[in-house]
Amino acid sequence: MATLTYREAVARGIAQEMARDERVLLIGEDVADAGGVFKTTQGLREEFGPRRVRDTPISEEAITGMVMGAAMNGLRPIGEIMFSDFLATCWDIVVNQIAKTRYMTGGQVELPLVLRSANGGGARFGGQHSQSIENWAMAIPGLKVVAPSTPVDVVGLMAAAIRDPDPVVFLEHKALFATKGEVPDGELVGVLGKATTVRQGSDATIVALAAMVPKAVEAAEILGREGINAEVIDPRTLVPLDVTSIATSVAKTGRLFTVEENPRLCGWGAEVSSIVAEECFWDLDGPIVRITTPHIPLPAADAIEDLAIPSVNRIVESVRTSMQ
Amino acid sequence: MNDIAGSRPEISPTVRLEMYSAMVRARVFEKRTYDLFMSGLVKGTTHLGTGQEAVAAGFSTAMRVDDMVFCTYRGHNHTLLRGAPMDSLMGELLGRESGCCGGKGGSMHLTDVEQHAMGSYAIVGAHLPVAAGTAWASQERGTGQVTVCFFGDGTTNIGAFHESLNMAAVWGLPVVYVCENNLYMEYTPISSVTAVPNPAADRAASYGLDRIIVDGNDADAVYRTALAALGRARAGDGPSLIEAQTYRHHGHSRADPGKYRPDEEVAAWMNKDPLVIYRDRLEGLGFAASDLDRIEEEARVEIDAATEAAKASPEPGEAVLMTDLWADGGSSWRR
Repeated sequence: MATLTYREAVARGIAQEMARDERVLLIGEDVADAGGVFKTTQGLREEFGPRRVRDTPISEEAITGMVMGAAMNGLRPIGEIMFSDFLATCWDIVVNQIAKTRYMTGGQVELPLVLRSANGGGARFGGQHSQSIENWAMAIPGLKVVAPSTPVDVVGLMAAAIRDPDPVVFLEHKALFATKGEVPDGELVGVLGKATTVRQGSDATIVALAAMVPKAVEAAEILGREGINAEVIDPRTLVPLDVTSIATSVAKTGRLFTVEENPRLCGWGAEVSSIVAEECFWDLDGPIVRITTPHIPLPAADAIEDLAIPSVNRIVESVRTSMQ
Repeated sequence: MNDIAGSRPEISPTVRLEMYSAMVRARVFEKRTYDLFMSGLVKGTTHLGTGQEAVAAGFSTAMRVDDMVFCTYRGHNHTLLRGAPMDSLMGELLGRESGCCGGKGGSMHLTDVEQHAMGSYAIVGAHLPVAAGTAWASQERGTGQVTVCFFGDGTTNIGAFHESLNMAAVWGLPVVYVCENNLYMEYTPISSVTAVPNPAADRAASYGLDRIIVDGNDADAVYRTALAALGRARAGDGPSLIEAQTYRHHGHSRADPGKYRPDEEVAAWMNKDPLVIYRDRLEGLGFAASDLDRIEEEARVEIDAATEAAKASPEPGEAVLMTDLWADGGSSWRR
């Protein structure tokens, strides 16, 4: 057992798979010599050499396109897009090429690849370096979407993503890089499409993702002292989505709250809410409530960025108000 | 016009007949596609490569069997000549179960991975970085394969062109980028929207690459240029960027009569029909007219059989609608 930061867990997960499978390579801007601008790939070039861990120019279409081509021709590549906001510069390759090619070719093309990216706000970077784009990726048929909240899940889900035969968008949350957690020694391999119940409860189900998970847990602790016993579920992956775990929890608690960092409209929680409304309607004892970032770009100043992203207080108040 | 390094290797009679056959097969395929479109059997849209056959024929004949090809929505010639069976391509155009993509791709996405025809890409320029990627994998795995990536003149103004050429040059990738310059990006003369006269060749220096222009209507010239570029890539000497000058006989797509092209220009290029040029050359070299007639007759028999096979194939049904999104064969997004 070791205590790792979330950022160290990224490198640990990649290293575990690179040591196991020589077809795994990593490319991206500043990933090799610099060890990543967030230091998430530190030590990998030294361990695996400059051909398997390689710096690219600032060319996001080339990074994503080359990862796709390499996956078509026998490699299992990982491409890093430094900030998830930059996926907009190569979204054609991701959406029109990577996501659709297997289906459009009648299954001829297999694309075992991972696109990693630093996602989310809270770092005072402003509107173009802070977005939570998990809902963009979730909306595209053909992409799997992973967004872990703990170091141990980063390692296990990184391994699962790299071993998966389909394209995976792996979102690492910037606000979690410095957080620490216990990670068992030895090989760890997670499962895509399996939620975890972070806190048991009986009165309300709170579904939260990535950096919203620790906030939801803290909120649940406060609510617990007030007599509202909330269950917190971290889906960990949005595609595949563990509907079973969410529905089972809602059947027990009768209430659903989602905590989403993405902007309001068409956030991932809208899909979760829609599923629960359609399939678990008779289990519900009250309205579904979504707690999200408002439908605005994220501002830079700490005072107002903190107002935009769901906070522990906002979660507590939303749940408390709705449960009264 | 400039063959790489000025080399002019002799071309064997077998190769010459192979190239003539390739061009004839591509021509009859596109002619039939046009006819079937007009009769309502091919739906959606099609982008015919009629007039541009010598580029596909010269390259496909020069390639090693496991070399990979990427092409555009104007990709029927390249996919066919890389080895995709004519009936599976016609099946795809007709939206049938027998199609190379089972009807899920259509005219703009013809793909036959078994034949190393790695796909037809319908977003201009998107396949250039993907081709760099297969070349990167060939380089890392030491397979000796070369990737050949065809694109139109309009692509040279797309950002992915620059990103891909730079990456290919920096990493010395075994990829050959071939610009089929047919003078028009869709309906607009490429010269009116591009800062240099030769949209690909004039930019080669930006990537430290040679300036290479080839007569894209001369199969022999294309073949020699292809051999040199493929050899260079296979030897580990990196990518090439080739501008093949050619002309499409039809408009951009089936909806376009091509009226924006001056009559004299069209007439001049019709006089440079690559099939006519090549047949005349072969006869001048002493090939028997009867052998060339036989090649043409064989292509007609092949396209008739392919058309009948495609028409006889059932249409895809509900059973395949939800398949092949994921590697497990299905499309489920939930657990």
